[in-house]
Amino acid sequence: MNIIENIERQQLREGIPQFKAGDNVKVHFKVVEGSRHRIQVFQGTVIKRQGQGVRETFTVRKQSFGVGVERTFPVHSPKIDSIEVMQIGDVRRAKLYYLRQKVGKQARIREKQR
Amino acid sequence: MTGIIGKKVGMTQLFDDDGNVVAVTVVQAGPCPVTQVRTLDIDGYEAVQLAFEECKDKHISKPELGHLKKAGLKHGMRHLVEFDGPGDLKIGDTVTVEAFEDGQAVTATGVSKGKGFQGTVKRHNFARGPETHGSHNVRQPGSIGASAYPARVFKGMRMSGHMGAQRVTQQGLKIVRRDVENNLLLIKGSVPGAKNSVVVIKGR
Repeated sequence: MNIIENIERQQLREGIPQFKAGDNVKVHFKVVEGSRHRIQVFQGTVIKRQGQGVRETFTVRKQSFGVGVERTFPVHSPKIDSIEVMQIGDVRRAKLYYLRQKVGKQARIREKQR
Repeated sequence: MTGIIGKKVGMTQLFDDDGNVVAVTVVQAGPCPVTQVRTLDIDGYEAVQLAFEECKDKHISKPELGHLKKAGLKHGMRHLVEFDGPGDLKIGDTVTVEAFEDGQAVTATGVSKGKGFQGTVKRHNFARGPETHGSHNVRQPGSIGASAYPARVFKGMRMSGHMGAQRVTQQGLKIVRRDVENNLLLIKGSVPGAKNSVVVIKGR
C-alpha cells in the first residue's frame, strides 16, 4: 500500500483553500477549445466532498436559468486554476443532498457568524 | 518481443498531460534475470526464460535450484516464465522495466480472482425471471434443451459451476508511466488478478 501512497502523494497540490460542504465557492477551471485555452468560472454551493488524497472530489451545485446544475471536480486536478471561497456556510451535515429537493428561498444557506 | 514478470500492487489514478484522470494499475515488475535461452538447434523453438522474485532456497525444489545455479544465480527465484520468439538476450542479462517505453501497447496475463461456485446469472449473464406475481423462477437457468429429440444435453451447455481463478489475458493495455528506480509499471486500466498476484506483461 506504501507504493500507491507514494505515487498519490507526488500528485497532491498545494495552496488549495480550506472549504467544506455548505460553502459558496468560485472554481476557475481551465477549458481547452481547439488550441485556445480559456478559464471558465463555476460558482455555487459545495454540496459534498468525498474521497481521500488525490482521489478526493467535491461537487458544486448552482441554479442556472432555473435549472439545477451540479459539477464534480477532483480537488487536486491540474485543470483547476484556482478556488475562491466566497462565503462560509452554516450547515449541520457533510452531504447537502437535501438542497436538490429545495428551490428559491428554501435552498439558501445561512452564513456562518463568527 | 519484450516481456517481464511482475506482481500486481493495486490500482490508483493519475492526472495526464491534459489534466484528465486516468485509472491505472500499479505492477511491480522485475528485475528478471535470464535463466535459459531456447534455440532452434537444441530445443526446436526460440524463446527466453525469465525468473522473478527472490526466495529462500528451501522454498523451491532442488532441481529448480540447480537450474538457477547453472544460470549463475546465487539464490532461489519463485517464478519462471518463458517468452516465445527470438531475442538478443543472453544468460546473465537482466530484464527491467527499462525494456518498455512510455505509451507502449502491452498485454497482461494473470489468474483472475476466484468467485467459487456461481449460478448462471453471475457466471454467464443469464437474465433473471420475474420476482413478483408468484414466480419462483428468479435465478433459475431455464430450459437446457428439448425432450425426446435429442434426448440428451448438448456438450458445452452453459450451467452453474466454478467461476474465476483461471488464466486471463487482457489485450490492448497501455503503459502510462514507468518508475525505473522502484521497478514499477503503471498500466492504464485494470489487469487480471488479485493484489500480490503474479502478472506477465508482454509488449507488442
